Amino acid sequence: MSDILLDVRDLVVEFPTRKGLVQAVSGVTFQLNRGETLALVGESGCGKSTTARAVMQLPRPTSGSIVLDGDDLVAAGKRDLRRLRRKFQMIFQNPIASLNPRKRISDVIEKPLKIAGELDAAKRRTAVMELLETVGLDPAVAMDKRPHEFSGGQCQRISIARALILEPDLLICDEPVSALDVSIQAQILNLLEDMKQRYDLTMLFISHDLAVVRNVADRVAVMYLGRFCEVGRSEELFDSPAHPYTRALLSAIPVPDPTVKPKPIEMIQGDLPSPISPPSGCRFRTRCPLATDRCTSEVPEMRGLPDGRAVACHHPLIGT
Amino acid sequence: MADPLLELTNVSTHFHSPAGRVRAVDGVSFSLKAGQTLGLVGESGSGKSVLARTIMGLLPSYAEIPEGSAISFDGHNLLTLDRKARRAISGPGIGMIFQDPMTSLNPVMKIGQQVYEGMRHHFGTSKRAGRERAIELLTEVGIPQPDVRVDQFPHQLSGGMRQRVAIAIALACEPKLLIADEPTTALDVTVQAGILDLLQREQRDRGMTMILITHDLGVVAGRCDNVAVMYAGGIVETGTTLSLFARTRMRYTQALLDSIPRLDRPPHERLQSIGGRPPNLIDPPAGCRFAPRCAHRNAHCDTDIPPITADEQDPSHRFACWNPRDPDAEASDKATGDAA
Ligand SMILES: Nc1ncnc2c1ncn2[C@@H]1O[C@H](COP(=O)(O)OP(=O)(O)OP(=O)(O)O)[C@@H](O)[C@H]1O
Ligand SMILES: Nc1ncnc2c1ncn2[C@@H]1O[C@H](COP(=O)(O)OP(=O)(O)O)[C@@H](O)[C@H]1O
Ligand code: SF4
Ligand code: SF4
Ligand SMILES: [Mg+2]
Ligand SMILES: [Mg+2]
Repeated sequence: MSDILLDVRDLVVEFPTRKGLVQAVSGVTFQLNRGETLALVGESGCGKSTTARAVMQLPRPTSGSIVLDGDDLVAAGKRDLRRLRRKFQMIFQNPIASLNPRKRISDVIEKPLKIAGELDAAKRRTAVMELLETVGLDPAVAMDKRPHEFSGGQCQRISIARALILEPDLLICDEPVSALDVSIQAQILNLLEDMKQRYDLTMLFISHDLAVVRNVADRVAVMYLGRFCEVGRSEELFDSPAHPYTRALLSAIPVPDPTVKPKPIEMIQGDLPSPISPPSGCRFRTRCPLATDRCTSEVPEMRGLPDGRAVACHHPLIGT
Repeated sequence: MADPLLELTNVSTHFHSPAGRVRAVDGVSFSLKAGQTLGLVGESGSGKSVLARTIMGLLPSYAEIPEGSAISFDGHNLLTLDRKARRAISGPGIGMIFQDPMTSLNPVMKIGQQVYEGMRHHFGTSKRAGRERAIELLTEVGIPQPDVRVDQFPHQLSGGMRQRVAIAIALACEPKLLIADEPTTALDVTVQAGILDLLQREQRDRGMTMILITHDLGVVAGRCDNVAVMYAGGIVETGTTLSLFARTRMRYTQALLDSIPRLDRPPHERLQSIGGRPPNLIDPPAGCRFAPRCAHRNAHCDTDIPPITADEQDPSHRFACWNPRDPDAEASDKATGDAA
């Protein structure tokens, strides 16, 4: 068994729109080792969700390969994909909206088992009850209720149960705690960590909150306008960012300590350029304080640094 | 200046709903001196926005402010004034910024006109002078090409730029007090930092008084003189930012601080979560509203409302707790349970 569970290469996702072709993801390559959590960070619209949805094959990407445990999902036909789906599941930001309001909780969680044609009705019910218990809900109370009768945090527990009922290898979490209050956020992050241990999960975790990422991730990929800027182990990336955009993101995090004064952000204020006509060369150059002519003319390729991380910048902040 | 610019005394705001009376704000008192900044922090539903709207006089008709509530602003008792007199004072005197700029911006009116409308209304500024002033203000809040933007519509701007326009509108009448209700919650962190810097600069340059509402303790820590923490409709702890963070007394404030993931902590560290969730405001707990979730509650907590107490070292630091944390003995609480 290979150590790499998910191998994504040259992923491209484009959306044709009336205004032109939206280049949402433009050639992204990354691997997920078994049992690790890779976080995807970047500002709104940079392509985090599109990358995650491409792995889910919702919709199928424009090009590239996505190999999960030896099977290429992009090349897989409909039937094969249905069979493979149990290996990868996803939970979303808005827990209440992501659950069908007309279905009872027991049906919501049981559905993947039913579709997979597994177990008889009684065994399925037992499995659902056990899982509800595991995610911290009282099955006796929850089974027959409907999603709107639960809070956001409880709905996220239900979504987690639905995603785990088929015991997937890969769990993709798209901003799973962004809609929740801090006190509830901590409950859900702890639950995800428990589930990761219990089910040997590998996780792709999307968040715009870098403190949350610091807590959950082994490695971090920083994304800007459809491309990766930097990928590396969380400690190194947080302690000494190599890409100017990573540094800007880190300097903008508000720290809950009044003795730490906010730092100026080392990034030119302005709008994210349009993904329909992204800047030539480095896509970050219109906001990068270190940009040179070379950044306009030449796309920076991903290069490895001695500490094992990879950075796409002509003038990285730490030596190569 | 000795007199506070804004003083709330026992302010409550209740809503009549089919299920009963929602005590969204319940007995809030605080005062704010001119030129100071107050960070109002709380989780969603704790009453921050209702409190802001109560000060602004922007409540729906089915809201009720019970007898005994008083809001004094710049020497006027706002709650005793009729609608028109109140608007004449708070209209130009208090500016407000909302979480989603699209809710406060008019989608079919040019940006420039929205900036000078208040000036025309309150001060009779001419169209031409208003437009000039609008361009100046757009420049001041960091809108590129202000002479072009002034004739554009809100949908032509990004979220961050819209919030800058909303700030320009709020500043146009030179308000004495600015209330910013989660002005950056919908924005990216890099955009958030820029907006917060802008607010802070304007506050300083104008000597303005500011209430910055947020659910993020990180946002207030670096940028406000004072902090008030709200829970279930009431202020549970308030003080200077330094004292509140360094000598946290109330157990909910501490639990909230403990549950935030920190950049300086190792990965995969278990977070201190607060079990359960905030109470129903139709039928809140009789004693301390945090009692059902509190790991430190004692015999009083369930039945008696905790009195407002002053910190021994800094009497301006006040809190409502029967069994407060001893900041000199407890470095950080490993307090609350993990159960839902
Ligand atoms: N179905 C679609 N049609 C056209 N454009 C799309 C579509 N889905 C996404 N996009 C565009 O692709 C880009 C990436 O979007 P995506 O939702 O992946 O961003 P994100 O990083 O997840 O942002 P957020 O943090 O706001 O969730 C954006 O410019 C977005 O507008
Ligand atoms: N217009 C309204 N009618 C009825 N209840 C309301 C109204 N606005 C707010 N509430 C209730 O008042 C409480 C406080 O809400 P709010 O001030 O918006 O919280 P916050 O801003 O702290 O998130 C909540 O329980 C909310 O549901
Ligand atoms: S390649 Fe150039 S523009 Fe891009 S991040 Fe590096 S220095 Fe900045
Ligand atoms: S009053 Fe009691 S229940 Fe409330 S926070 Fe203090 S110790 Fe906890
Ligand atoms: Mg997204
Ligand atoms: Mg609010």
